[in-house]
Amino acid sequence: MVIGEDELRELMKASLGGDAAAHRDLLERLSRHLRAYYKSRLAHIGRSASETEDLVQEALIAIHTRRHTYDPAEPFTPWAYAIARYKLIDHLRRTKASRADVPIESAGEITAHEDHVDTESAVDLGRLMAQLPAKMRTAIQHVKLDGLSVAEAAVRSGMTESAVKVSVHRGLKALSAAIGREKAS
Amino acid sequence: MKTNDLIDLLSTNVEAIDRRQVSRTIATAGAVGTLIAIAAVLVTLGGRDDVTNAHALISLIGKLIFTLGVVFFALIFLSRYARPGGERRTPLGLIALPFVGIVALASLSLLSAPSAHWETMIVGDEWLKCLLSIPIIAIMPFALVMWAVRRAAPTHLTRAGALTGLVAGSISATAYALHCADDSVPFVALWYGGTIALCTLAGAALGPRLLRW
Repeated sequence: MVIGEDELRELMKASLGGDAAAHRDLLERLSRHLRAYYKSRLAHIGRSASETEDLVQEALIAIHTRRHTYDPAEPFTPWAYAIARYKLIDHLRRTKASRADVPIESAGEITAHEDHVDTESAVDLGRLMAQLPAKMRTAIQHVKLDGLSVAEAAVRSGMTESAVKVSVHRGLKALSAAIGREKAS
Repeated sequence: MKTNDLIDLLSTNVEAIDRRQVSRTIATAGAVGTLIAIAAVLVTLGGRDDVTNAHALISLIGKLIFTLGVVFFALIFLSRYARPGGERRTPLGLIALPFVGIVALASLSLLSAPSAHWETMIVGDEWLKCLLSIPIIAIMPFALVMWAVRRAAPTHLTRAGALTGLVAGSISATAYALHCADDSVPFVALWYGGTIALCTLAGAALGPRLLRW
């Protein structure tokens, strides 16, 4: 049995049901696991630990924007591990290292350790936001940063509610892609 | 940016998620792709006009069972491979079963026929048309299904791409069967099976480029 699987899976199910507190709790726990995982992997292949936080954030965004791909009938940890490992391989490929450097561990590797030290990533959110198309930027600003409801954001920005939702979703994906590009350069 | 700030950002106004979205999107793309492929075959090549003949009808049904069987299994595999970690819990080998089956049937039918007939049975009347049509007709279903898989999150891009090609190729072969009057089992095994395999290889080659996220 993987450590914490049951708890994480319950949190994930609640989060898929729209429970924001569970979602936050889940992301916080995962961020600690991801940090420990990436730190040890990067150290293992002789890469700088400073890339850790970038990877943690990219994986969190991926877990968030792709959470509809989790099948609640399946265990949660292998799903999260697959995303974490995919993002690591993608990162190494972008920064010219080979996939052979990333051994397949057991999925439990992802929840085996925790790391609480939240350093800052090299990513400047404000600057990345500035690169987004105006609609996405406004939608994310209202809904995600100012905490307005989708309906309020729609009134405030003159968009329809579904346009706000779509803009938030696309905006987060664009942010994730921008973080990726940031690291590659 | 602090990771805690990011978590704040992501967990403000969390929306409920439709858990069946992945399978449904892929199934819809497959269904729409099938309709488009069938329309393309009927409009450009025309349907078979001999289906009133019992022998021709049985051959047609046999071909459709093979191609639709592949479509069905490939879609099930794909909706697993489209998810993170899907490759770790679904062995890909099972998908070869319909092909092993039809090759076995083809061998039996060749063995039971005099060797003088073999060339006609294998090459048929219109092998070139089959070889060209199936990959070309597969393009639209391929694009549609690829689009659906891109909305999910495959973590083994070569295999997810290969399965996408397999779905598209077998959809295309299903549509082409409505036109094609070459009915010998060896013909179907070689030219249908071969072109579907070709689509699968193309998908495997394109997967890592088209499916990155």
